[in-house]
Amino acid sequence: MKEPYDGPILEIDDLSISFFTRLREIPAVMDFSVKVQPGEAVGLVGESGCGKSTVALGVMRDLGRNGRIVGGTVKFKGRDMSSLSADELRHIRGNEIAMIYQEPMASLNPAMRIGQQLTEVPMLHEGISETQARARALEVVADVKLPDPERILKSYPHQLSGGQQQRIVIAMALMSKPALLILDEPTTALDVTVEASIVELVKDLGRKYGTSMLFISHNLGLVLETCDRICVMYSGEAVERGSIEDVFDTMQHPYTQALFRSIPLPSADKNARPLVAIPGNFPLPHERPQGCNFGPRCDYFEAGRCDAGHIPMFDVPGNERHASRCVKFAEIDWTAPPAIGETHSKGEIGKVILRMDSLKKYYEVAANALFGGQKKVVKANETLTFEARESETLAIVGESGCGKSTFAKVLMGLETATDGEILLDGRNIEQIPIESRDTKTIADVQMVFQNPFDTLNPSMTVGRQIIRALEIFGVGQSEAERRSRMLELLDLVKLPREFANRMPRQLSGGQKQRVGIARAFAGDARIVVADEPVSALDVSVQAAVTDLLMEIQREHRTTLLFISHDLSIVRYLSDRVMVMYLGHVVELGQTAQVFAPPYHPYTEALLSAVPIADTSINKKHIVLEGDVPSAMNPPPGCPFQTRCRWKERVPGTLCETEVPPMRQLAEGHQVKCHLSAEEFASMEPVIEMRTADA
Amino acid sequence: METLTWAEIIPRILWQFLPVWIALVGVFAVSILFKRRLGLYGKLFDSGIGMIGFALVMFWVFTGIFGAMDLIVTHDALAQASGMKNKVPGTPLRGAEEGEYAYYLLGGDNLARDVFSRTIKGAWIVVQIAPLATLFAFMVGITLGLPAGYYGGKLDTLLTFVANLVLAFPVILLFYLLVTPEIVATGIPSYMAAVLFVFPLIFAGVLLNSRYHTRPTLRTPLLIGVLFVMGWLYLSLVSDAGTPLQVLPGWLDLFDVPGGILVVFVAVVFVNSPTVFRIVRGLTLDIKTRDYVAAAQTRGEGPWYIMLWEILPNARGPLIVDFCLRIGYTTILLGTLGFFGLGMPPESPDWGSTINEGRKLLTVYLHPALPPAFALLSLVLGLNLLADGLREESLRD
Amino acid sequence: MGLFILRRLGVMLLTTLCLTFVVFWLTNLQPNLEKLAKTQGNMRMTDEQVTSWLETRGYARPALVKYGEWLGVVPGWRYDAPDGSVQARCLTEGASIETAPRYCGILQGEWGYSTVFREDVSKIIGIRLGLTAKLMFWVMVLMVPSALILGVLAGMREGSRTDRTLSTISITTTATPEYVSGVILIAVFASSAVGLKWFKGTATSAMEDANFGNFFLPVLTIALYGMGYIARMTRASMAEVMTAQYIRTARLKGVSFRDIVMKHALRNALIAPFTVIMLQFPWLLNGVVIVETLFNYKGFGWTLVQAAGNNDIELLLGVSVVSVIVVLVTQLISDIGYVYLNPRISVS
Repeated sequence: MKEPYDGPILEIDDLSISFFTRLREIPAVMDFSVKVQPGEAVGLVGESGCGKSTVALGVMRDLGRNGRIVGGTVKFKGRDMSSLSADELRHIRGNEIAMIYQEPMASLNPAMRIGQQLTEVPMLHEGISETQARARALEVVADVKLPDPERILKSYPHQLSGGQQQRIVIAMALMSKPALLILDEPTTALDVTVEASIVELVKDLGRKYGTSMLFISHNLGLVLETCDRICVMYSGEAVERGSIEDVFDTMQHPYTQALFRSIPLPSADKNARPLVAIPGNFPLPHERPQGCNFGPRCDYFEAGRCDAGHIPMFDVPGNERHASRCVKFAEIDWTAPPAIGETHSKGEIGKVILRMDSLKKYYEVAANALFGGQKKVVKANETLTFEARESETLAIVGESGCGKSTFAKVLMGLETATDGEILLDGRNIEQIPIESRDTKTIADVQMVFQNPFDTLNPSMTVGRQIIRALEIFGVGQSEAERRSRMLELLDLVKLPREFANRMPRQLSGGQKQRVGIARAFAGDARIVVADEPVSALDVSVQAAVTDLLMEIQREHRTTLLFISHDLSIVRYLSDRVMVMYLGHVVELGQTAQVFAPPYHPYTEALLSAVPIADTSINKKHIVLEGDVPSAMNPPPGCPFQTRCRWKERVPGTLCETEVPPMRQLAEGHQVKCHLSAEEFASMEPVIEMRTADA
Repeated sequence: METLTWAEIIPRILWQFLPVWIALVGVFAVSILFKRRLGLYGKLFDSGIGMIGFALVMFWVFTGIFGAMDLIVTHDALAQASGMKNKVPGTPLRGAEEGEYAYYLLGGDNLARDVFSRTIKGAWIVVQIAPLATLFAFMVGITLGLPAGYYGGKLDTLLTFVANLVLAFPVILLFYLLVTPEIVATGIPSYMAAVLFVFPLIFAGVLLNSRYHTRPTLRTPLLIGVLFVMGWLYLSLVSDAGTPLQVLPGWLDLFDVPGGILVVFVAVVFVNSPTVFRIVRGLTLDIKTRDYVAAAQTRGEGPWYIMLWEILPNARGPLIVDFCLRIGYTTILLGTLGFFGLGMPPESPDWGSTINEGRKLLTVYLHPALPPAFALLSLVLGLNLLADGLREESLRD
Repeated sequence: MGLFILRRLGVMLLTTLCLTFVVFWLTNLQPNLEKLAKTQGNMRMTDEQVTSWLETRGYARPALVKYGEWLGVVPGWRYDAPDGSVQARCLTEGASIETAPRYCGILQGEWGYSTVFREDVSKIIGIRLGLTAKLMFWVMVLMVPSALILGVLAGMREGSRTDRTLSTISITTTATPEYVSGVILIAVFASSAVGLKWFKGTATSAMEDANFGNFFLPVLTIALYGMGYIARMTRASMAEVMTAQYIRTARLKGVSFRDIVMKHALRNALIAPFTVIMLQFPWLLNGVVIVETLFNYKGFGWTLVQAAGNNDIELLLGVSVVSVIVVLVTQLISDIGYVYLNPRISVS
């Protein structure tokens, strides 16, 4: 059925795609070209809205009613896709080109059994019988390393965990052994440790089946781990294209460079080598500048040349298949170190403000939402003990279900503790719900939320929302006083004062997050809980928002409790780190202590799982089996024992039966683990900088 | 004089509606001119369906208003003219006096009254009662639905049970039990009115208090002023001479609502509220998980501020759409009441009653029943199309 | 699952008790009783005569006690007249007071006696309910499939011309209450004025012998109003499903459009309308009452009007018990059906 073919699998040539709305034509992709050779994996990287997913849909010719290809060609195995009839196109979809999506739950049909969804593919394209298809399905499900394939085929999607669902989506894509696999942010919705195992799987299977891949991601680290070549996109255009090494080490476009300088690599440091945020905002599709799209935000911008007119891709001499869309790429000194803005001395860490002592939070939930039934106790937080000091950043790290959000709720007073103590300036507040807290306490402990699109009330102006917070905290005597204070707060978060009269929908994600920060500081908060404040933002904006938080912290000597799953950013900005797993604190220590051996086995795996966009880093591969157990049904003994690779080193069944005690490894470094001191001493670092000559 | 042919009747009818056409053209011209500045209302004029719906609705609104001002009607809707019983459309009036319209444009009904004028007058009844009753139902539904969704727990269980209780009651049975002269005599509808109509007061009071309680100097006079005016209106509404509930002395009583109309009003509010309650509750359950609600909680806002200023404004889209649909449904309910001869005074020109009278001779004389039937159909259709247009436009971009 | 149904049944029972008590209380208000006395006895009764009429027939006692009697949990009343004769609630004609049972209410199977039809309530309801069931059966046969087809066709290609046309049709039918569509249908198809005379304007003869000519119009009238609503729900649900990610997955797997609609979309799209169809029942009852009045079909709805119009207390109570139970049972079925249609809710 599939003819042998040895030219490039996919050739995209000057592809332009536009969406047509009632008011105007919105160009989403502009003369985009890329080539994928057999067996090659090409990464497509860019921030949200840069058009990378549109390229994928354009290849599949599935742009919806408003989208249209307005120029260029897409050739698959040498055949122009636009010349195909509907039937031929259908034959290619799923058979020759398969796609894997971001949301595994949403991309599986909830009312069809997994088996049916898998067998459908070969039955459709190869016309084989159901029994043959089923045998194939069993084989592929085993290939994606799912346990008990028979049972999996009989289940419905909702009965599987997120990681398992994504494996099924991958299996579905491989059912017909396609020549090209398009992966659209395949791991974004998953936890880091699960992400690592999926990435591992995709790499292995790509090799085994000899499939070419187009890997779409916003994460440079992930692309480094999976791809051979990379194409960086910005605002609808490819700006740089080349092999991984060329682009990562000798980049030839200012945007690529700025991107790398804004992500927290292990070499960055918040005081000595701070991140460099890209100034300005991503242009809206209908407000793109003349000439170079990146011009207004570029350090090397030269009026008259960069904004003169259309800029084509230039080949970079010397490198193979390396191109850059920059008129000045040959003139720029790419090796010059970034201009260091201002460095800061490390803030003095003050007295203890907040102390938690054996804090416990249990929930009672009905086992089944619809039919009631037996009540179950969910232990969301199990004996949390730590303290936080003035002007300190304490990072709380963990994957979904580890109890970090519950802990924030208890601290804020939205829930009361089941047991234990929370001491704020020596006063117990664990049993005082927020309604009974005095204004001072409330204003002292504030929160910055994760989702910028959800953090502001959509039907109130930005200024009004800040003024409301001021009113509630009793700041200012009159409306006029509060108004001027609100404008000062906008200054503090570096937003123009005109924003006071804007509605939230007129702001970008990063700007909204700044308003959220301004609101949290309205009552001069002393403790700010930041719940993944930048994880929903684009990389270039992340750096700016992180910097802002750091700056305010330095000025106000705020205690920052930084909740995150992203170890890179945690390493960059925190003083101390607390690692949580299934409600337990498994490790607590200074940042340097936590990021160097000896580790808790979970921390070790977590460190190994986080992709790092640096070719000079050597990383040990530790892939955890399975998923995070449900908090409803935690394993007995050590919470991590089901996935721990060090478990055999502990004599007897200690791990299965007993929760390990908290052990002091060094001054201020605690670990909850049964491993012996010798075993701890034998641990090797997960991340190592390769020396230049190696 | 000759009986008019349809070619003569139609231009004459269109001419009678002249004030409505002028008003409609005016509204559309202004709205389309400024549509970019009018928010959701302005966006309505981008959608064909929405515009048709809006035109139909406004047609009947203007007809109702101008009809009440005696602009469109040709005859007194209650007057009987001799020899006009069941006469076909276009029949000339026998012995028309000077200044009197010489024809029954849509014929005469079985009591020799002018069908055209009755249909126009019927519009005024609907245009007055349906939006107002829907508004009251929304007040009740919102004031109870927000706390049910927000707090959950026992309160929610109780309120949901009561709402389901009312919903499980067959509407017609409820009307038959409530809207009879005997029940009116017991005063039950007046008491129900006293309970149901107090909700707007509660709503306004809590709304303002939660917003301004941090600024007592502004809050106290504002609250006193608003509650005084609303309270007076409320007492005037529920206190009626002759019912057991006469709390205001006559000279303070601003207006009286005829007993029959009040019962109809109460009944319609009563059956509509539970549905609104369920919608508001559902929306609240959804919106209360948003981060901005959590942000309000963490800065120590009171629950009513969160419900009324953080949740409610963001539920407005679906509520506006449902409001339009519900006015249509209320119109249908009013027609049902009229159809069964419940509540409305026997001579009343409302559409339901007129259809009911007309249907008895339907196989012989079509013209008395059809105009009110088509009037009701077009108004409800307009409201549904309007709701559809609004929904489509609010979902877009 | 069993526990769930049991709990739902408990709530149902409570709802029925509450609602019947409300009906009981409203119908037993003093003005209603006086009216009853006058219509049953004599229009020109004096106030004293009314009082004694009510007293000798057990009406002049607290509502709760009377409700208990009607339920059959409180012993029936007994009135010893000054002349020595005895009247009692449970006394049937010809029986003596000694042999009469103490309790006679719903629990004992005694639904009471209709003052209007002068017959046992249970018997009337049995017959009338049967006639209405016949009507409703044909309404369902006509309404459900056409509504679903309409909705699926409109929703599978949102915004297309088919969608616009079909949506306009369904909006129009939802905007046409039964008393409007009924009048228009009769005027067009059954009146001598238009002269088509395809169908009959009344359905009285359909009670014994239903045929297309005398039964189609009433069935169509009820079906039209509900059909638009279900079709719109189906369309919305279908349109939403068609934009779901898993439909895109199916499309990019190379599944043909027909198979996408039939195999991937349909089951998911029908979950929501199923609930709607079931919850339509209380609403359809409205239509039944209107249509049976309009077409003079003496079914359950017609009985309701007669009972309510004449304050026939026991018949009215019987009618409300039955209608409330019908409503609640359909709600229960809709809940259970939802669980079975939607695999996301486990039935453990």
